[in-house]
This record gives sequence, structure tokens and C-alpha cells, in this order.
Amino acid sequence: MTDRKNYMYKSWWKIAAVLLLIYTVIAGFLGPVPKLQLLGETIRNLYFHVCMWFAMMILFTVSVVNAIRYLRGFQLKYDIYSRHYAIMAIVLGILGYSTGAIWAAFTWADPNSSILDNFKTIARDPKLIGAAIALLVYFAYLILRDSIQDIDKKARISAVYNIFAYAILFPSIWILPRILPSLHPGNEDNPALDVKNDISGNMRIVFYPAVIGWTLLAVWITTLKIRLTLLKEKKMMP
Amino acid sequence: MDHHTQDQADFVKRKKDDAMMKYCKKITALFTMILLSTALFAQDKDVSVADTMRSNGRIYVVVAVVLTILIGLILYVIRLDRKITKLERESN
Repeated sequence: MTDRKNYMYKSWWKIAAVLLLIYTVIAGFLGPVPKLQLLGETIRNLYFHVCMWFAMMILFTVSVVNAIRYLRGFQLKYDIYSRHYAIMAIVLGILGYSTGAIWAAFTWADPNSSILDNFKTIARDPKLIGAAIALLVYFAYLILRDSIQDIDKKARISAVYNIFAYAILFPSIWILPRILPSLHPGNEDNPALDVKNDISGNMRIVFYPAVIGWTLLAVWITTLKIRLTLLKEKKMMP
Repeated sequence: MDHHTQDQADFVKRKKDDAMMKYCKKITALFTMILLSTALFAQDKDVSVADTMRSNGRIYVVVAVVLTILIGLILYVIRLDRKITKLERESN
């Protein structure tokens, strides 16, 4: 718990996170982007909206890895890691969802039809439904956790549930939307980050650092929460 | 007697306030310096910066705003990190 070699107490990756995020904002707003029909400058949301989802997936992966680590040795600290990574990932998911809603409101929505009609079309999009299912499954994870009093039982059941939730995450946000017609980029006739389009190469040099930067920031916040919880545990059981 | 104890309590409290004030002053000074430095920067290249900030549909203004928010949030996280590190050191 107190070993100083743990990544949580190192500062180089925190500095990297700050630098990458500053780079993301500057290059994200000022860098060249392809002039796309309908999207226009909003394609820059790739560096912000999409990064939320990528960071979410990475954090859910860390969470499930820690759940498995808990199940291997029943060390309570892995349960704490798993829980906090899941919570931060849910926060990122909500941010991704709400930023997506804003983006969609100004690109997918038809200004000539009513708000309700627009809502009917957009809300039917499989990518949105898939993401909503994934997030709801993880909300259930939190509810399940907090409804069990016994600490060990809570940790065991939620670790197992975490694995199941992770198993439904990728089908619902990647596979399901791809086999159904969707407005969201990432389908066969509507690819996100097209390799053939040479201008998107310019976007990649911002996008990948952006994913790393946002993920590191999320990990940083998570480690702060983990450290606080570990301190609390230590105070309760000296 | 009562008067005396009250005085003592006041003394202790004031001491604590002083530490708090020192801290607040430090932070205020920091932010003033940051603000001043930006103002100086703007004055230094008065015309050119004004032109950059107003060119290209004024996108640079958005960059400045978002950077300020981002740096503010990061400073907040850094402060939290420091506080938790301090707590950890105390508990060891």
C-alpha cells in the first residue's frame, strides 16, 4: 500500500498527461481538418467526444483486469481499484454521451423538421442504444455493489458481475451498431478515421495523443480516489 | 478568568487564520501574476497579437478559453494530489 514504486505515486505520466492535453487543445483547434460536408469544423470533436469513449473503454478494461486480479487472490485492494476505475469510466461514458448529443443535435438533426421528429430519428440510432445499454449495465454494477453489506461478498459478486458487464460492453458498442444501419460513423459506408483519406493522417497525429492524454487524466483522477480510499481503509483497520 | 481564557482561544484561532490568510495570499498572488503576465504578453506585441487573436474567425480566442479551463482543472487536480500525498505522509 505504501510502496513508493507504485505507478500512482510517480509523476512523469501526470506531466505527460498535461502536455498531451495542452497539445490536444492547441493542435485540435488550429490543425488542418478535411472540409467535410455537413460536419464542417465539428469534425474537431473527434479529439474530444471520441476520446471520451476511448478512455472509457480503456478504463473499463483496467477495471475488469483488476476484478480478475481480485478473484485470483481475494486481496481487497484490487476490488478498490476495480471499483474506482469503473466509476471513472462511467463518468467518461456520460461525458461521451452528452457531448455526442450536442454534436448530433447540430449535424444529424434536420433543422426543417420538428424537435420531436428529430429526436425520434436520432434516438433510434443503434450506436446510441448500444452505448446506453452498456452504460446501464455498468450503472447496475454500482447498484449491485452498494446493495451488499458484507465487504468480501460485495467484492466477489461485483468482480464477477464486472466480467459479465465487460463481456456485454464491446458487443453493444462495437458489434451491434456495425451490423445495423446507423448514422454514426464507423459503418462500412461511413467510416470513421478513413485510411484512404490522406487528410485524416493530419488528424491522426492529434487524435492518438489526445486519446492517451485524456486517458491519463482519467487515470490520474482515479488514482487520487483510490489513494483516498486506501487511506480510509488504513484508518479503519490499522 | 473568563475573559482570560477567551483571549487565549482567540489567540489560537487568530494564528490559524493567519496561516489560512497566508495561503490565500499565496494563491491570489499566483493568479495575479498569471494574469499580469498575460497582460504583459499582450502589450508586448500589441498589434500582432491583436491581429492573431482576431484572425481566422477568432478561433484563437476559443483556444485561449479552453486552455484556461483545462489549466484551471489541471491545477485543481495537482492540488488534490499534493493534499493526498500529505495525508499519506502523515498516516505513515
